[in-house]
This record gives sequence, structure tokens and C-alpha cells, in this order.
Amino acid sequence: MLGYLREDGSKGIRNITAVVYLVECAHHVAREIVLPFRDQNVHLIGFSGCYPNAHASTIVRRLCTHPNVGAVLLVSLGCESFIRRPVEQAVRDSGRPLETLTIQQVGGTRQSIERGRQWIEDTLPVLAAVPRIEMAVSDLIIGTICGGSDATSGMTANPAIGAAFDRFIDEGAACIFEETGELIGCEQFLSRRAATPELGQAMVDSIRKAERYYDTLGHGSFASGNSLGELTTQEEKSLGAYCKSGTRPISGLLHPGDQPPGGGLYLLDVVPDGEVRYGFPNINDNLEITELIACGSHVTLFATGRGSVVGSAIAPVIKICGNQQTYHRMSEDMDVNAGAILEGTSDLEAVSKQIYDLTVHVASGKPSCSEALGHQEFCVTYKSFEPLGPSCLAR
Amino acid sequence: MPHLLHALKIHPDDNVVVAAVPLKKGQQIEVADQLLMVPRNLPIGAKLAIVPLPTGSKVLKFGESIGSATADIAVGDYIHTHNLASDYIPTPENGR
Repeated sequence: MLGYLREDGSKGIRNITAVVYLVECAHHVAREIVLPFRDQNVHLIGFSGCYPNAHASTIVRRLCTHPNVGAVLLVSLGCESFIRRPVEQAVRDSGRPLETLTIQQVGGTRQSIERGRQWIEDTLPVLAAVPRIEMAVSDLIIGTICGGSDATSGMTANPAIGAAFDRFIDEGAACIFEETGELIGCEQFLSRRAATPELGQAMVDSIRKAERYYDTLGHGSFASGNSLGELTTQEEKSLGAYCKSGTRPISGLLHPGDQPPGGGLYLLDVVPDGEVRYGFPNINDNLEITELIACGSHVTLFATGRGSVVGSAIAPVIKICGNQQTYHRMSEDMDVNAGAILEGTSDLEAVSKQIYDLTVHVASGKPSCSEALGHQEFCVTYKSFEPLGPSCLAR
Repeated sequence: MPHLLHALKIHPDDNVVVAAVPLKKGQQIEVADQLLMVPRNLPIGAKLAIVPLPTGSKVLKFGESIGSATADIAVGDYIHTHNLASDYIPTPENGR
């Protein structure tokens, strides 16, 4: 794999210019700046809220200094309360080209768009000169989520991702799984795999927290549709999602924006701490993907049965379809047909090898299906977290 | 030509297999080195026992317990809410 070496020493698999609106009021200008460059790795991200939020600022900061990002253009209206200084400071300290456009100072919409496009024209040659560097699997951070699940997800796509995770971890990569709300009933399996008893307890606590949070929001985990889909118990449903995590020991617990300190398997806790505020912790799949990327994920493995089409800004999404009928109906959107296991044309080992090989190819520059189709979804919301204790990282 | 796969043993430790395709009542299927007679029409994802599971024994799928048998289950029996219950929280009634 040939990656991009950043001045801060990190290694990316893409060479992206991030154009970032710092409030919804700057969204249009930022989108217009990006439009002529949509096929030149210029991605639009941002945060809609005007009120300040430390979590949102952390996520934007992490994305702007993500290894896949080589340059950053911040687009501010001028009067929003977004916590901007730490973002600017971090980007500058990382050695990436940075510009902040303040629409109210530049003189309005048209001039801001022109100024922004000019900055990108001037910056693209700088990005083209970023040195390439040989990357090993041990340099990769890989996330996984499932969405649009059906009965097949736990039979094919999720266990195949789990087997691929085992191999990535054995070769030194960091792998991250999440959805503590879908791990209810898996507490004992998780704590059994924790590198330390303290970490095991911290993971159990995070699942209890998710349970409380969802209860307060009136969102039950086991729906009657699950048993119509031949899932009998809560633990069976949870295990189907949980098997994405493979079988290796769990090295740590992360919050969105925390970076894994080394290789191994990590659980990402996306449920806010403290009293229930700001609504659902995971309003859509892309919020979870964005938070995985904010933890440094170079690439996300996405298991689907019903057929999700999403991709993401900043880091490629690889779609693993568990249902053969869905795959054949939507094959242009699906990178891997894990349903082939049910068709009898493949088996778990072969599909997991296919996932492994494709991840390496995508990390080497091959566009995933969602990338090739131009998907660049993105989502950041208000949240609040307390710092994790030292017991949450085993190393 | 794909070989015809009827059901899948997800983990080596499992004592159930899972339908890979819709199965017909009376159909003979070969899975996990044994021959099973399908007891009723079943959709993809339905579970069938591959060892006898007396009342109270753990049902293993994904290599882990997904609950306890609430009735004696014979080899080839269909497993769902009528003979399997969570050890964790009760499964809500469904509209089946």
C-alpha cells in the first residue's frame, strides 16, 4: 500500500481537501466552493449548530487532522459560536495548509465563493506534492458498523467482517466496533474478552448507560419484527451484531474522537454521558461512521442486509451485503456479496478473505462502490462526554 | 455450479443450524454431517437443533448461549419462542 505522509507523521490512504462550514449559515458558500472540484478529492463537511459544543469541536478538529486530509478550508459566517480556535491551532500545528474564510469580512456570498475556489486552485498543487510512503496493514485503523440489517446480517456479513478483523488485528492494525445499544445482552462475552477486569467493567457500564439512555428515549432494542425475522432472544439479536467484532481480546474503550493508542480491538462508546440531552445518540448510520472516522478510521466496513447505499466524506466505506437477493438487486452499490455464503457459491473464510483483500486494495487507492458513485455523506451532532478513565485503555 | 446449501452452522460450537434458504416441510437436508427432516415450512434464518437439547440446556449460536430451552428439543426440531427463552430479558409477544 502506498499512502500519503503528513508532516505530523500520520499516514493517509486518501489526499483530501476538507472544506468545512462552521455553522449552517456558511453551508451554501462552502458547498458552492466545493462544486467545481467534486472529482478532485475536495470534500464538504461541517457542523450546523450555532451554539458552542466541545464534542462537535473535537470531532471537526479530529476530521481536519485526519490522516486522509491534506488541507483544510474553514468557512465561517463570522458571528457563530463554534469553538474554532482549537481546530485552527491543531491544523496549523499538524503542518497542513489552512485558510479561514469569514463571509462577513470577505464581503458576502459571491466574493467568499471566489476566494475559496481560488485558495483550492492554489492548494491542489501543494497536495499533489505530498510525499508518498509505503504503508503496512499495521498502519491502518479500520471501523465497522451495520445498518439496514436483516436476518442474514448475523449469518454472513457480520461474522465475515469479524473474521477479517481477527486477521487485521493479528497483523497489527487497530479495529473499532461500536453500537453499545446493540450489545445489550453481550456484557458477559465482552467483559470476558477485555484485556483487564477494569476495562471489562467499563464496557459493561457503557452498555448499561446505553440501555438507560434508550429506555428514557422510549426506544426498545428488541422489536416484534425481530422475532418475525427468526430472532428469538435479545442475546441472539445482540450476538448477530456483536460478531462483527471477531474473537480477539478487546484492548480499550473509546469515545468519539479518541485515537486508538496502538493495534488491537477497541469498542467505541457513542452514547453521551450524564443526563439524557440532545436526543438520540445515533440519529443515522453516517453519524456513527463520522465518529469512527474521528477516531482515525481510514476505512469503514459496513454490513447491510436490506441494502444501504451510503458512503462518507473523508474515508471510504466498503459495503458488505449479507443478503444475496439484495446484492443482486443493488450490486452497483455493494462491494462484497456475503450472501454468496447462503447461495453456496462461497464460504465464510473466502468472504472474509475477500473483505481483507478488498480493504487493502481500497487502502491502496481503489475506489469503493460508494466512493465511485460520489457518496460523501457526513453528520455531526451535539453531544457531551466526560473524559474516560485510565482503565479504559489496557496499554 | 453452486452446491445446494440448505442450512448453515455458524460456529463450530453451535448446537443449532440456521436456514440459508426458505425450507419446505418434509424436505430432507444435509447439514453439519447429518440428515435432518424439516418439520414445517421455514424462512431464511430459522433455527434447527442438531443435538438433543433437554429442557434447561443452553442453545448455542455464534458459539455463545442465546438462551435456555423451555421444552425438550429433539434433533431436527424447529427452535423459536415456543421452546427457547432469553436468560436475560423476556422476548416480547409478537404478532405471529
